[in-house]
Amino acid sequence: MRAPLSWLREYVELPASETGRDVAARLIAAGLEVETVERTGAGLKGPLVVGQVLAIEELTEFKKPIRYCQVDVGRGPDDPQNLICGATNFAVGDKVVVVLPGAELPGGFKISARKTYGHVSEGMICSERELGMGEDHGGILVLPPEHPVGTDAIELLELVDEVLDIAVTPDRGYCLSMRGIARETATAYGVPLRDPALLDVPAPNAHGHPVRVADRLGCDRFTARTVTGLRPEAQSPIWLKRRLQKAGMRPVSLPVDITNYVMLELGQPLHAYDRARIEGAIGVRRAEDGEKLTTLDGTKRVLAPGDLVITDDRGPIGLAGVMGGANTEIADADGAAQQTTDVVIEAAHFDPVSVARTARRHKLSSEASRRFERGVDPEAASAAAQRTVDLLVLLAGGTAEPGVTEITTPSGPHTVRIAADHPDKVAGVSYGRETVVRRLQQVGCDVYGGTGQDEQLTVTVPSWRPDLTDPNDLAEEVVRLEGYENLPSTLPRPLPGRGLTERQRLHRRVGRALAGAGYVEALSYPFVGDAVFDALGLEAGDPRRRTVQLVNPLSDEEPGLRTTLLPGLLAALRRNDGRGSHDLALFETGLVFLPTGTETVAERLPVTQRPTQEQLSSLDAALPEQPRHLAVVLAGARERAGWWGEGRPADWADAIEAARTVAAEAGVELTLESASFTPWHPGRCAALHVRLDGERVLAGHAGELHPRAVKALGLPERTCAMELDLDLLERAAAGPVRGPHVSTFPVATQDVALVVDASVPAAEVESALRAGAGELLESLRLFDVFTGEQLGEGRKSLAYALRFRAPDRTLKAEEASAARDAAVAEAVERTGAVLRGA
Amino acid sequence: MSAPNKSYDPVEVEALKPEAIDRARDEALAAVAAAGDLEALREVKAAHAGDRSPLALANREIGALPPHAKAEAGKRVGQARGAVSKALKARQEELERERDERVLVEEAVDVTLPYDRRPAGARHPLTTLSERIEDVFVAMGYEVAEGPEVEAEWFNFDALNLGPDHPARTMQDTFFVRGRDGGSDDDASGVVLRTHTSPVQIRSLLGRELPVYVICPGRVYRTDELDATHTPVFGQVELLAIDEGLTMADLKGTLDHMVSALFGEGLGTRLRPSYFPFTEPSAEMDMVCFVCRGASVGDPDNPCRTCSSEGWIELGGCGMVNPRVLTACGVDPDKYSGFAFGFGIERMLMFRHNVEDMRDMVEGDVRFTQPFGMEI
Repeated sequence: MRAPLSWLREYVELPASETGRDVAARLIAAGLEVETVERTGAGLKGPLVVGQVLAIEELTEFKKPIRYCQVDVGRGPDDPQNLICGATNFAVGDKVVVVLPGAELPGGFKISARKTYGHVSEGMICSERELGMGEDHGGILVLPPEHPVGTDAIELLELVDEVLDIAVTPDRGYCLSMRGIARETATAYGVPLRDPALLDVPAPNAHGHPVRVADRLGCDRFTARTVTGLRPEAQSPIWLKRRLQKAGMRPVSLPVDITNYVMLELGQPLHAYDRARIEGAIGVRRAEDGEKLTTLDGTKRVLAPGDLVITDDRGPIGLAGVMGGANTEIADADGAAQQTTDVVIEAAHFDPVSVARTARRHKLSSEASRRFERGVDPEAASAAAQRTVDLLVLLAGGTAEPGVTEITTPSGPHTVRIAADHPDKVAGVSYGRETVVRRLQQVGCDVYGGTGQDEQLTVTVPSWRPDLTDPNDLAEEVVRLEGYENLPSTLPRPLPGRGLTERQRLHRRVGRALAGAGYVEALSYPFVGDAVFDALGLEAGDPRRRTVQLVNPLSDEEPGLRTTLLPGLLAALRRNDGRGSHDLALFETGLVFLPTGTETVAERLPVTQRPTQEQLSSLDAALPEQPRHLAVVLAGARERAGWWGEGRPADWADAIEAARTVAAEAGVELTLESASFTPWHPGRCAALHVRLDGERVLAGHAGELHPRAVKALGLPERTCAMELDLDLLERAAAGPVRGPHVSTFPVATQDVALVVDASVPAAEVESALRAGAGELLESLRLFDVFTGEQLGEGRKSLAYALRFRAPDRTLKAEEASAARDAAVAEAVERTGAVLRGA
Repeated sequence: MSAPNKSYDPVEVEALKPEAIDRARDEALAAVAAAGDLEALREVKAAHAGDRSPLALANREIGALPPHAKAEAGKRVGQARGAVSKALKARQEELERERDERVLVEEAVDVTLPYDRRPAGARHPLTTLSERIEDVFVAMGYEVAEGPEVEAEWFNFDALNLGPDHPARTMQDTFFVRGRDGGSDDDASGVVLRTHTSPVQIRSLLGRELPVYVICPGRVYRTDELDATHTPVFGQVELLAIDEGLTMADLKGTLDHMVSALFGEGLGTRLRPSYFPFTEPSAEMDMVCFVCRGASVGDPDNPCRTCSSEGWIELGGCGMVNPRVLTACGVDPDKYSGFAFGFGIERMLMFRHNVEDMRDMVEGDVRFTQPFGMEI
């Protein structure tokens, strides 16, 4: 809502020195979100005067029409101003606005006499846009004839003003009017309000235009007034146009301008019907399924049964509270074949929910629907109708018919009971009963009740505040008028907390560990589509293709939610690579969304009490599984070459190492086995398992990506990746570390080299050695893997360093050897290993 | 007194004559001083302090002296040898020091050589900023609560006093999840991508013992297109405190504390009345600009980019939890009250760290993230 300060001053006596910013600060403190204070005509400097065109010479030698004009600017016809003008929408005798040399137009445009198109132009004839009035640059501004030549146009056109642009929150529908903003301003300054809705309104009678309201719930008030004999040539006066323009509306025609003006003034949306185009009584009812209506915006709409419509004998003539129909539109002053002389004014009150649904259904938000949705003062309807009638009579020369139709469904005043000290308790401030009552009365409430501090008050809320329904609503009114800025600052004392959970600690630890290992965290969007699954090479039946689908995705190409972190993370890798960063190690943790296949529809449970446990479970049953995953991707060099020596490309082992790093943070032992799993390289992929409740559970995969996926996704060659289920890891966590006993007896080291089949996993050899070595084994380390001719085709040699130590004595050489022999024997037994050099 | 040893052989004791010893000592000392390097010194040592050196040989003669002469000769030779040995040692140390100095100079390296063998890792600043905010509240006794991102509408809207026709419900552009039957109605499934982390507040109220003091960080979703100041996926931190007797003054104090902890002491905050369905009374919260501290207001010569010379920075929305929300969660609004606030961490990252374009936060460019390191 744009509120011109000059207009506001009409209802509130503000000190003359108050600027727009001053008023804005007060309104902001009172809870109106003043977004900007626009200064119209800023920098404007006269002389700017009304002139009358005396003569026009058309200059034809230029590419576009140019006029050389003589204009009387107040010095008399004998001393005209010579002006060049590029517009052609005026004639000799027209009144125009002339800016004279020495003046300055908005935007720092200095005016001087200058030679142009072969003549000296002593100033300029102005368009609306040049004057900062509006966007209309179709031609110059032609004024109504009644304004005398030489009049100061800055004042006449009210060019210098300040406009407060206020973002009205949904609870303050009444502030979508000058009346409402004036009320807040008056309260903020502690001065009286001149309420523009206080008008004498004639009593309803039976002579007005017939109206039949079939749906009293949808429409609890309908006022119809008729004005006849409008002068078709009557135009909106400058002041009216200017107020509309400053409020952000475009002047259209006098009757339309008047209804818009009254809506801005009082907040009541109005509609003017051309009486000659209404057939029979006006009706209000719900639409029938499939009924059609062409609205004023020219759109043909198919109506739904929930739509509240205005009808005449032929059918719908308007979407109630949203937009009128084209078939009863009042004719434009110029153009239309049959000009409107008689109008029927509708000032009605419609159900906010009904209007909101219709506006949403038809994706049609209008000035009217925005107001009805947020609540219009039903008590202002007849005043608004009266104001419209008055203006039509005054400005269009119409005659008000004595008939006044008014259909109302009576409803009692809305009351709220509130303890007198409730606002004190909400704010943590002792306002006292007197202040509470006074503030509520300023809002427009009637307050009844005892005089004690904790007495219950019965508060009748004003008709324009349908949002005030609960005690806290009233508390807010008191607190905001007393000033949020005056609230004290105190700190509550919560019970001692337990800090972060194990899970939260793990998430932080994992992030730090990976960042410490050189990984950079990326956070990608979770939106996915078939294209990326195709590129990854997922088969048709792959469960990862079954995604949670969005009704309204940002892109139709990506209607699903991720089931794996890889698409987003690989896209980030590719983006980095494309931008010239080639040695990359990225990680991400985030939720993936896995449909259960058994999702129910989530019910809309009641909100008047706590739902039952079953009801809450039913809501959770409507949701997909959402485990937290962790993924890393790598490409380029893991270690760069440099003055220190060779570099090392990132490879499958780094991806697995990342999994080990994460598992170590979780205190979980990962077991690896070779796996074939899309999108990984079938020979370079490890399945990662953990033990959970005694079961071996798959937690993820790591390794090098499949060359086909790398190519399809445009990734650097040999890109590697790891992804695992972090929640699973957390559940598999072993718990607190048990402090090891550190023996100070000497260590006995024994090296063994075992030759096995190339297909035997090192992990198996290692576990056999561990099992065979027994308790004396302190540690075991694979220090070399060797293949070569002397071993024979398909064989490899694994060299291990075994360290033996006893907790209570120095081991004898033969004890260590025996343990080693036992280890080797177990490896021979389990893996067919042959001791090298034996 | 006994008579002199008549068997004393004056020829054999030539080497023990004081002059001879002094000469041998002086020669030795001169040789030591002349030794130019450790190798030369080793030779000098062999020649003048070795087994075959004059002083060693002289020493061997002492036994041949008559007892009365032994002591004196022994003392003389001992002193000479001691002097040589001391000189050798000193020279040895001197030469070693010289050698060490030379070698260490030779071993000197260019310590300014760059070392970027492994590119540095980093955590995303949105993650670390969120953690930093969490830590402020955890220190006060709050706990961190989490919840699902795909959420039932009841949690995301209804329980928060956003009824099906509430105007605010259309203000938030929501991603709706398609039902299993594939229906196209927006809300056929009753499931959405959460538009705020407020559903976690509801879950906390339903699942925790009162009083509840939680902070709810997490990802939320709205159907905005990505541009410099909008992203459809963003991070939010919300706070919820429900206890007996909590007031707006407590809300203000908590906010003041957070701003001090994150931006420095002495920065004021401001509440402006506003509207949210889930809080009543509601407010927008601002903090004094931590860069200009308000000095840029009305001073066009010293504009402040952080606050656009407004003097205040908008943080987010807050208010006293609407009693209707408590009722929906089975909390007695006559006994309990509380406050909540929430803000977007992208925006906070932007003004706290001078980030100008929100796209930098979502694209995962390592050049953006690396400088933020491990903590923020």
